[in-house]
Parts: sequence; C-alpha cells; structure tokens
Amino acid sequence: MSSGATKSAVAYGVRARSIRWSKLLVVLGFLVPPAVIYIWLVLLPMAQAVFYSLYRWNGLGPLQHFVGLGNYELILRDRVFISALGHNLIIVALSICIQLPLALALALLLRGGVPGRAAFRMIFFLPYVLSEVVTGVIWSFIYNPQNGLMNALLGAVIPGFKPIGWLGDPGIVLYALFVVITWKYFGLHFILYTAGLQDIPSELEEAAEIDGASTWQKLRYVTIPLLGRTIRLSVFLSVLGSLQIFDLIWVMTTGGPVNASETMATYLYKFGFQRFAIGYGSAVAVVLFVICLAFAIFYQRQIMSRDYS
Amino acid sequence: MASVSYSPPASRQALKFIRFGLCLFVALLVLVPLVTAALGGLKTNAELFANPFGLPSTPQWSNYRSVLSEPTFWQELRNSTIVMLLTAIGVLVLSSMPAFVFSRLQFPGRELLFGFFTLGLLFPIAVAILPLYITLRQFHLIDTLWAVVLPQVAFGLPSNIVILRGFFAAVPKELEEAAFIDGVGYVGFFLRILLPLVRPALAAVFVLTLVASWNNFFLPLLVLNSQQNYTLPLGIMQFQGQHSTDWAMVLAFVTLSLVPTIIFYLFAERHIVSGLTAGAVKG
Repeated sequence: MSSGATKSAVAYGVRARSIRWSKLLVVLGFLVPPAVIYIWLVLLPMAQAVFYSLYRWNGLGPLQHFVGLGNYELILRDRVFISALGHNLIIVALSICIQLPLALALALLLRGGVPGRAAFRMIFFLPYVLSEVVTGVIWSFIYNPQNGLMNALLGAVIPGFKPIGWLGDPGIVLYALFVVITWKYFGLHFILYTAGLQDIPSELEEAAEIDGASTWQKLRYVTIPLLGRTIRLSVFLSVLGSLQIFDLIWVMTTGGPVNASETMATYLYKFGFQRFAIGYGSAVAVVLFVICLAFAIFYQRQIMSRDYS
Repeated sequence: MASVSYSPPASRQALKFIRFGLCLFVALLVLVPLVTAALGGLKTNAELFANPFGLPSTPQWSNYRSVLSEPTFWQELRNSTIVMLLTAIGVLVLSSMPAFVFSRLQFPGRELLFGFFTLGLLFPIAVAILPLYITLRQFHLIDTLWAVVLPQVAFGLPSNIVILRGFFAAVPKELEEAAFIDGVGYVGFFLRILLPLVRPALAAVFVLTLVASWNNFFLPLLVLNSQQNYTLPLGIMQFQGQHSTDWAMVLAFVTLSLVPTIIFYLFAERHIVSGLTAGAVKG
C-alpha cells in the first residue's frame, strides 16, 4: 500500500518534470519563430529610425554626419511640415465632427427597422474593403475638372454653376479629399456602432419609453451613453488613422497642389524616398510616432481608462 | 409585440418610409461612383465626357477586352494573389502559436513577453519604413515579392496575436485536462483540439489579412521597382500614368481589379465584420 503510493508519487514526479520540460519546449518552439521575424522587421527598424534620425545620411555609404537633434530642429522650423501637421489635424477634426456622427446616425437608422436592412449594411460597409488606389482613381475621375461627375451633377442642379477644379484648387483640395475619406471609411465606424448597438439590452430603452421618454431623450440619455465604449474606441481609431493617412492622398494629389494637401506621411515619403534623405526622413517618422504615441497614451489614460475598470 | 408603442400606426409607417429613403440615398452615394466606373469602361472617351453618368449608347467592350489581353494585368493579378496568400498563411501560423502560449500556458514572465509582442501595435509601418527599406536592401530582398510578404507578416503579428489570444482563452479548461489524460500533450491539444474549435476566429484573421494585403499600397510602392513584380494597386497607378488621357481604359482596368474584391466581399463579409469587431473590442 505505502510502497505503491511512493511509487506513484515518484512516477508523478517524473511525469510532472517531463511535462515541465515539454512545456518549456513548446514555449520556446512557439515563440521563437514569430519573435525572430517580429524583432527583425518591426522592432529593430523602429530603433534604427531613432538612431538614423540623429545623422545626415542618404542611405548609402557609412553613417558619418552626426547632427544630433539638428534634423528635428529643421523639421519643426519647416513651414511645409507644420502645415502638413495642420492638414492632419483638420482631417482629425472633420472626421470626428462629420464622419463619425454620420456613421452613428446610419447605424441608429438601420437599427430602427428598415426594409432591406442586410443589403444596406453590406452596401455601407463595402467601400471599406476596396483598395485606396481603386477608390482614389475612381474619385479622381469624379473630380475631373473637365466635366467629371461632380461638376456635371452640380451643373445640373445649380443654374449658372462654374466647373471647379476640385483637386487643383489649394483652398478646396483638402475638403474634396475629406469627402473621399468619409466615403471610404465611414463603413468601418458604422459596423463598429452596429455591433455595439447589438449589445445594448432592449429592456433599458423599453423601460425609458414606458417612463415617457421621447425618442430623442431615449437616444440622448440611454442609447448613446450605453454605446460610450464603442464611440470612444471609434474616435481613437479614427484619430490614429487620420494622423497616419497616406494612400488616398498620394494616389489623388501626391500632397499637392503646392503642398496644399500634404500630410505628415506624404512629407515623410517625399524626403525619405524621393530625395533619399534617410536621416531627415527618419526624424519625420519619429515625430509622427511621438505624436501618435502621445495621443494614444493621453487618450487611454484620460478617456478610455474607465472602459477597463 | 413586446415593445410598447404610443405612436399611431400611420406615423410609424411614415417614419419607416423616411428611414428607408435616407438609407437609400446613402446607398446611392456609395454605389454611384462604382457603377459610374464600371459603365465608364464601356464608353468611348468622347462619350465619357459628353455623358459621364448615363448608360453607354453602344457598349464598347473593347476597353475591357484590351485590358484582359494585356499580360501585365494577369501578371499583377498573379503577384497580388501570391503575396496575399503567403501573407495570410504566415500571419495565421505565426500569430496562432504565440496566441496559444499566451492564452493556455502558465509560466513566469508570460505577461512581460506578451507585452513585448504587443509593443508593435504602437508602431505604424510608416514609422519604420526607411530602416525597413535599408534592412531589406541588405538582404537583397528589394524588388522581390518577399519584400512585401515578410514585413506584412511581421506587422500583422501584434494585432492578430491579441485577437486570437482572446478566442483561445475562451476554450474551456476541461477540454485541455481531458486532452492531457488522453496523453496528447500540448502540441496535440493545440493542433487537434484547440484549432478546430476556433475555426471562425481563424477564418476572420485569415480573411482580414487577405483584404489588407490585397489593398496594400504603401509598402509595395517602396520595395517593388520593376513592373513584372508589381501588385495590382501599383499596376493601377502605373496604368493610369500611362493612359492619363484615356479615362475609359483606366476605368475598365479599375473595374476589372474590383471584381475579385467584390466577389470575395459577398462571400466573406461575415468573417471580415466579426474579425474587425473582435479586434476592436479586444485590441
């Protein structure tokens, strides 16, 4: 009896040890391959960006011209960069004030019960899966100053309408691009809101209705507060996306005319790859990163923190 | 039935009608540009500018035919497909492994390692792109499809590890214990029990990665130089540059490159949506 127990305890110990070993092997075997590619192509380049940003370097030959924070000083003094940052911030503001409320309104509309709801949902979300290049080329055609769709449409509706060069006018181009950004991305926020609304128990709204709340009051005091978490998240995604926007703008205007639609990312591309100023371009990348990180930290601490408690 | 309503049926009907009208209006705003592009490809350039939105008077299939007879179109389609599949397989394999370790195994330092892997969520690819370019050049990968695939996999890891970890953690512990009693071990449990159980999550990750790779423009723009290696988005840009005055032809090209995306979307919409909402909620 007792010897049997000892035996099984020994066997158990051996088995436990072998489990511990096999666990270690699994942990290593499962983590090392992804870690290699992740360190090689994500983390190291990030660290290198910081390092290169301290040099003047064209990407060829040895790193010799140490300039310290000189590149950063140049960036912050460059009017083109500052205005590019300004354009990013305009896109951020317009997205939050126009694109997201539109997406929310549509999600609420569909939730209220509309014939063909599933089809509408599919259509609204469709532009989000299309490529930025396809979207940009189609909209360049629509904005074409010689009788593109937009001018033709406005000409038909407004008497005496003079054709506008939507992408050629420095005063208009950013807003014309914002229309395309909205067309392309509202579907993502619409889908997030739709998913968020599904999680709200209908009893709460029914209770408010029984208490005599109007449709607006129900929305204002029950539905939207309950959707808070989703809204905060969608604002977060929208801001980061707007700060990093590149593809659509590059396809439609390459940042022009005369830098009127330049963003931080198009500025980075122009310096880093077109002029091969790797050091300066890296410094731009670091500034872009610091801005995104500062926003992310501030937002998570101040605004999203309540969602985790 | 259960919901209590004080509004008379007539105004309810009217409200429903207004809602439908608004949705229809937005749906038109979404669809008109796409339909215009598809129809534009069927017109001559003269007609395109005389009548940009109407139906073509006589459909000119020659635009579509000449795009389809261009070897570059097929080459670009092929490149995009190869890059997309390799990226999605790479992301699926390399993010499900750490997701398993971080969701099912207990060991000291686990949270620290998990934090290390999710650090990448903070870095948009634009920030690392210049040193990445230099790295790829050192390994002689520039102007090969690997220069697109490998960074796409690497940058896809953090978010997908987070998504999959959430799904893996939801699998009941009892199944794991049962697996150990049957003596299948960790790897057997992972491959034969866990992965089949979370198929919907794997499908979501796979499909989202496919779409992102298919549409990617920034990275291919930087690392692919010769036309034979171009992916479709680059091909469209190049084609537009070459035929800048021939809008009908450009629209035919764009429409043809849209067809696979839209067919795919019709089949995979459910997975795309579930992947996005899961990622958003958990990330």
